[in-house]
Amino acid sequence: MPDATGLELIAQELREAEADSVLDTLFFRDRATLIVNPPAAHATIERLKAKRYGFLASLHGVDYYPDEPRLGVIYELLDMSSVDRITVKVRVATDAPEVDSVVDLWPGAHNPEREVYDMFGVVFTGHPDLRRILMPEDYEGHPQRRDFPIGGEPVIFTYNENKVPGWTQ
Amino acid sequence: MDAVSSVSDYRKQEESVSLSPVEQPGTSQELLTLNMGPHHPATHGVLRLIVTLEGEIVRDCQPIIGYLHTGIEKTAEDKAYWKAITIVERMDYLAYYFNATAFCGAVEDLLGVEVPKRAQYLRVIHLELNRIMSHLVWLGTSALDLGAISMFWYCFRERETILDLFEMSSGQRMHTRYVQVGGVIEDIPVGFAEKVRDFCALMPARADQYTALLDRNEIVLRRLRDIAIVDEQTLLGLGVTGPLLRATGNPWDLRKADPYCSYGDFDFQIPVGTVGDNYDRFKVRLAEIYESVKIIEQALEGLPEGPFITEDRKIALPPRHELGTSMEALIHHFKLVTEGFRVPPGEVYHPIEGPRGELGCFVRADGSSKPARVHMRDPSFSNLQALPHMVKDTYIADMIASLAMLDPIIGGIDR
Amino acid sequence: MEISRQPASSPEEFRARQLRARDMLRGDLEGEELQRFVEERVLTARLDTAVSWARGNAIFPLTFGLACCAIEFMSIVGARVDVARFGFEALRASPRQADLIVLSGRISIKMAPVIRRIYDQMLEPKWVIAMGACSSSMGVFNNYAIVPADKFLPVDVHVPGCPPRPEALMHGVLKLRAQIHNDPGESWRSRYAAQDTEEVIGPAAGHDGPDTIDVFGAGDSAGA
Repeated sequence: MPDATGLELIAQELREAEADSVLDTLFFRDRATLIVNPPAAHATIERLKAKRYGFLASLHGVDYYPDEPRLGVIYELLDMSSVDRITVKVRVATDAPEVDSVVDLWPGAHNPEREVYDMFGVVFTGHPDLRRILMPEDYEGHPQRRDFPIGGEPVIFTYNENKVPGWTQ
Repeated sequence: MDAVSSVSDYRKQEESVSLSPVEQPGTSQELLTLNMGPHHPATHGVLRLIVTLEGEIVRDCQPIIGYLHTGIEKTAEDKAYWKAITIVERMDYLAYYFNATAFCGAVEDLLGVEVPKRAQYLRVIHLELNRIMSHLVWLGTSALDLGAISMFWYCFRERETILDLFEMSSGQRMHTRYVQVGGVIEDIPVGFAEKVRDFCALMPARADQYTALLDRNEIVLRRLRDIAIVDEQTLLGLGVTGPLLRATGNPWDLRKADPYCSYGDFDFQIPVGTVGDNYDRFKVRLAEIYESVKIIEQALEGLPEGPFITEDRKIALPPRHELGTSMEALIHHFKLVTEGFRVPPGEVYHPIEGPRGELGCFVRADGSSKPARVHMRDPSFSNLQALPHMVKDTYIADMIASLAMLDPIIGGIDR
Repeated sequence: MEISRQPASSPEEFRARQLRARDMLRGDLEGEELQRFVEERVLTARLDTAVSWARGNAIFPLTFGLACCAIEFMSIVGARVDVARFGFEALRASPRQADLIVLSGRISIKMAPVIRRIYDQMLEPKWVIAMGACSSSMGVFNNYAIVPADKFLPVDVHVPGCPPRPEALMHGVLKLRAQIHNDPGESWRSRYAAQDTEEVIGPAAGHDGPDTIDVFGAGDSAGA
């Protein structure tokens, strides 16, 4: 992990390359996070990849409900030669959930981006095949959003077994 | 004597270097799209493959997943951290200690709590036993796919011994919830260390038996040697880690690169391959069994005295004998069991080296007693993206062997 | 229950059989007719028993593994809990050749129609064991993504556990075998002498007097 000053230097470099790309930096528990503006996300990640963070360890989504902007996409980048990790966080709102796809940088982002689309509804522009990966193709809704109900079967006790019709069949 | 004219077109095609079809006038050729799975005896779990075939040669292979999606990450948001360990454990169902360790490691990072040395060593012992067990199941089922059916019984014989050890330390064979936030749930019982030592004395000899059965076997060599070679740069672009990456020669292993959980105290080596074919993947995993045995022996030798879970009563349950005398212990116990401990807000990604590659756990805490987001970065999910590259231009039988050498665990892929 | 199908016979034969059955019920059959009547019945009963004995001792399970329970299902084929001692080691990959499907693991909503199709492809007689907590009830995960097996398949034996030990699954398989042999054995009903109990569900059961306490109604401390 780059230490706090290293993180600030990286952020400054990125801001010099493109103004307003890095919105904020976070150094928490020895882990460095850059919070990046969604339109500049692809370019920033490309610069980080060119710099030295050449391995995409993880790409996942988070729902920050009720904080806005609600949906977050998190990229965990890894530099194998110096064992250095850096996190890039991009936050988009539900009404405009578009982020540029990084499949051109790492082909391994194909499945994780499909999963983030499936579970959260973030649309990755430029993705060759953006469709549901874990849920059935015709499923409606994005399950891992915080306001999606958890679902499941009701647990049947004696007080509600009448109210659950047909459980004896 | 002109022997060429007696060779059939099929034989010519088989032996041709470019695997391109023999042109015949007046016919047209089409590629056949075939669906394999999700129920198929050779797939390791419910994986559906859409293969595009030209004769018997696979031109393209698209995996379709989601047939085991259980909503583990969403369910874990609904449970306290203590209970979420059991949920998250069932993800990659052959590496349950690893799932729990990744999750507990992330929560420990968020809490800023330190795991005592004894607990770290106990975790390492169980993690390496689990790694051996996972590789044994892989070996048994892969040999079954290749046709060496008796390997299945030999590997499962060793697996039963390991599961007996797990049952001895935690009471359960699988999904033991032995790893807890702050340490392990219980100290090892009397006699456990001797049994593990017996197992460590026995395992290398057994692994030698497996090697003797398979390693110089002509059928295994013909089926695995020089099949499904993928180069290192492609694998790195796909996010592949673990034995698949090590088979190409890249010695990336988080246990050595970024030691966690006292792995830096142990002396072991990372087996790497040279060519990156199926045979190298097979040899790397087989060699990892020997290295894991070494780690377990060293961990047993150096097992320090001390607590097996953190002393912080706000996170770990107090020992039973304190409940009768101390009021604070009772209150802590009550709060921990009913509500659970609260984790201050933050986000952390904690990666460890699982048997299939980098297993990472991302936890977002929002200050309450339930995690706000748990994401497990599963190695098989990324490794599966290497499958189309591995099976391109090989036979269907080679595709089955490549799938076996890939070692996908669909529970981890689908979560 | 076995439905034995008799080949179509002529109307006269049928009438004769009807009259014989009537005489048997009245106690009027005697001599040779009675003997033949008894022999026919005993032979069919013996044949049924023999067929169920053979069926139960040679079940072909389907190689079907979903999740964690599948690993314990593989252990049952292993050497310690050896399913081959009972004759079940011939696991068939094709559903057309299999008798028994063991739903070993959690059934996601994407997989449920696939399992139903596999079950439909199996030939009669076929049995289903729901192994583990996830397939019988929702298991550890009570959420949007999975479905219990009872919703789309008739299940014969539920084996609880997460995952059930191989010995527990073996117990479930042997219970199924006993069921196939028409000899279900001691169950909890006979152990607790609860053979002829009747369940009363709801106020419509006809007990509307002032003394009845409706345990199924809304929470109300008046009757406590």
